[in-house]
Order: sequence, then C-alpha cells, then structure tokens
Amino acid sequence: MATEAHGAEESSLVFHPMDQFIVKPLFGDGEVHWYTITNATLWMAIAVVVVLLLMVLGTSGRNRVPSRVQSIAEMAYGFVYKMVEDVAGKDAIRFFPYVFTLFMFIVLANLLGLLPMAFTPTSHFSVTIVLALAVFLTVTVTGFVLHGTHFLGLFWVSSAPLVLRPLLALIEIISYFVRPVSHSIRLAGNMMAGHAVIKVFAGFAAIAAVSPISVIAITGMYGLELLVAFIQAYVFTILTCVYLKDALHPAH
Amino acid sequence: MEGDIAELGKYIGVGLTAIGMGGAAMGVGNVAGNFLSGALRNPSAAASQTATLFIGMAFAEALGIFSFLVALLLMFAV
Amino acid sequence: MATITEDAAGHAAEAAGHAAESAGMPQLDFSTWGNQIFWLIVTLVVMYLILSRVALPRLGAVLADRAGTIANDIAQAEELKQKAKEAEAAYDKALADARSEAHKIVESTRAEIQKDLDAAIAKADAEIAEKVAEGEKAIAEIRAGALEAAETVAKDTAAEIVSALGFSTDGADVDAAVSERMKG
Repeated sequence: MATEAHGAEESSLVFHPMDQFIVKPLFGDGEVHWYTITNATLWMAIAVVVVLLLMVLGTSGRNRVPSRVQSIAEMAYGFVYKMVEDVAGKDAIRFFPYVFTLFMFIVLANLLGLLPMAFTPTSHFSVTIVLALAVFLTVTVTGFVLHGTHFLGLFWVSSAPLVLRPLLALIEIISYFVRPVSHSIRLAGNMMAGHAVIKVFAGFAAIAAVSPISVIAITGMYGLELLVAFIQAYVFTILTCVYLKDALHPAH
Repeated sequence: MEGDIAELGKYIGVGLTAIGMGGAAMGVGNVAGNFLSGALRNPSAAASQTATLFIGMAFAEALGIFSFLVALLLMFAV
Repeated sequence: MATITEDAAGHAAEAAGHAAESAGMPQLDFSTWGNQIFWLIVTLVVMYLILSRVALPRLGAVLADRAGTIANDIAQAEELKQKAKEAEAAYDKALADARSEAHKIVESTRAEIQKDLDAAIAKADAEIAEKVAEGEKAIAEIRAGALEAAETVAKDTAAEIVSALGFSTDGADVDAAVSERMKG
C-alpha cells in the first residue's frame, strides 16, 4: 500500500488535491506579507477587470436596444434588483449597490475559479468570512440604527406562549450569531469541495485502467460545479437579502 | 506503528463523516421533492417560492458541507 | 524488513515535510489570511466604486429610458388606434351620407325622366292622332276622287256602248241612269 502510493507519487500526474488552494506570491518565492501580490490578488483583479468589461465597457453604448454584452449586464442588474426588491422589500433598494457588488464578486470569483489553473478566492475561509462578517455587521448596525432597541424584538417572539419565549430567545440569538459562520462556510465549503473532488478524480486519471471513467467523472463534476458556482452566489445574495429584511422589518 | 493506528483512526473518522453528507443529500432531496409536489398542485404559486426553495436547499446543504469540513479538518489539520 | 522500515520512515518524513510546507489545509494557513483579507477589501472597494458610481446608475438610466420609451410607444399606439377608430367612424358616416345622397339623386332624376317621358309620349300621341286624321282625310279624298272617276268612266263607257248598239240618246239620260245604278 505504502509502496504503491510511493510509486504513484513519482509519476508527474500526482498532486495533492488541496495544493490548488495554496496562496503563493506571484513574483518570486518570498514570504507572503499582507501586501504581497499573490495568485489570490491576481484572480480578484481579474474579477474586477471582468466587471469593468461587462458592466462599464459593455454598457458604454447606453443602447435602447441592448448589445449582447449589455444584455448580460442588464440581466444581472434585473436579477439582483428583483431579488432585493422581492425578498428584502422596497426600502432595501438603497442596499442594492452593496448587494450587487457582493453578487458580482462571488459569481465571478466562482466562475473564474473554474478555469483550468485558476485560483478560487471564494474557496478560502478568510475571504468568505470577511464577506459574511460584512453582511452580518451591516445587518446588525442597520437594525440598531433604524429601530434602536426595538431591533432586539427580533429575538423576542411575541407570538409564542410566554413560557417558551426565553427558550426561543436563546435559540434565536444562537441562530443569529451562527449566521455568519454558516453563511461563509457554505460558500467556501462548496467551492472547496467541488474543486477538491475534481482534483481527486484528476489524480485517478494517472491510473490507465480507470482514466476514461475519471475523465467522464471530471466532465460531469465540471458541469455540476458550473451550476454550483452560480447557485452559491445566488444563495449568498438571497440570504443577504433575507438578513437585510430582518434588519429593516424586525417584527416577526 | 502506534502512529499508524492513529492514522487509521483518522481515516475511519473521515470515512464516517461521509455519512453526514448522505444526510444532507436526503435533506436536499426532501426539499426539492416537496417543492415539486407542491408546485404541481399549485403551479401558479411555484414561481414566487423558488427563492424559498433555494434558501431551504442552502440550509440543508450547509450541514452536509459542515460534515465535509470536519472530514477535511481530520484529514489535513489534525 | 529494513527496507520496509526505511520506506515507512521516508514516507513519514515526506508527510511531515508536506505538512510543514502547506500546513495541511491551505485554508487554515493563517499566515496568508492577512494578505487575502487585504486584497479582498481592496477588490470589494474598487468593485463597489465602479458599480455604484458608473455601472449601476448607467444601467438604471438605460432601463428607465427603455421602460419610458415602451410606455410612451404603447400610449402612442393607443392614441393612434383611437384615431383610427374615429377615422373609421367618420368614413362610415361619410359613406352612408353619400349613399343616401346618391339615392336621392337617383330618385329625383328618375322622376324628372318620367315627367319628360310622359310629356314626350303625350306629344307623340297627339302627333300620331293628327297624322292619322290627315291620312284618313286623304283616303277619303282619294276614295271620293276614285268614285267620281269611276262614274265618269262608267258614263263614258255606257254612252259608248249605247251608241255602238245603234241607239241614239243624249248623254243626260245615260248619265242619270249610271248615277242611279252607282248609288244603288
């Protein structure tokens, strides 16, 4: 078993499934400081460039009858706008640029990460935890600014029997503070799992007998991952909207 | 050889966490199946509830992801 | 045995090296967190500025403009439809008017023609009656002329016959006898 694994490691196709997530400096081999330009920086910058191309250059015509790129931009705009309006309510529209930024960053990072040799920023907990904490802080601050202490009514379920209320309040508070955890781990875990599974199948491709199955499996997983990349961005955005609704209308 | 036994336990534990993903699979299937049967009963209300469908799926799936996370922590971090 | 232990030791050393190199999961390598968080915040701020300052107002304006244009076009189409309906009604009314006018004209023309026709017929009848009377008169004259001529011929013939038979007589007797016979 050990010798077999050892023998396989000597061939060029073997790699660790988690190696793709290593953050390394783009130029040179130095240590990773906070300002170092790394592969993570590169792929985040590519996401920004894509946003520029899609949302700014693509719409520069301001056509009444849209071009192809402009229709994509308009579709994204309409999709997120409708989501914010439907889920969080009309008065959440002032958060629309914020929610749209989150959506564009996540969906582009997820989709660009599916390119071969790419790095996926959203597969790192450091990134998704910052995103989720930003949402959590926005929701909490907005709730307290708009409703003051009345915002705490979110945890005091007035429709429940009085005896149950302290217990429910405890559960509500726990679930409120678990939100950023599940919010961030869901996104990072999904992206990491998909990429790791593809890499594991790719590792099997080195064994000649199973390599056709492995290639078919990679193809199937890749299609699933495209779907997951979009759905996770959608889920992150819609949960942001749900949490924003709690901040804007805390009454149950 | 004692280290190898610890290794063995680790891998058994990692294998056991895969059961958690089965639970998540059942949960997601339950959400989707119930949504479909509800949507077939009342198709006019289905479109307005797709957001709820995805939120429910996301919550069910998140728990499966947690078990995957536990597996990864066992494999690489412990 | 020796090779196996050596192999295992090598494996363990390699695993340890691997662990040191990537600290297990790269996600849990906290030395890179600061870097990623810094660049994430930079990215998000840049993206937010691009989207909220340039892209979203522009897209909002384009979509509002389009919605306005569509609403305008629909209103205009509605107006044009109304106008078309009015025009159709006016056309129908004009058509009905024209038809009744034409009917009236036809009626009056017919009456006029009838009057002219009646007058012409009456006149023609009168002319015909006159012509008939004239003809009858001419026939009567001719007949009278013919009778007279026949009487003269008869008288002359009778006188000739009488004289040929060797009777002498004066013309008056023969004439009277012929006239007597002819009246008979």
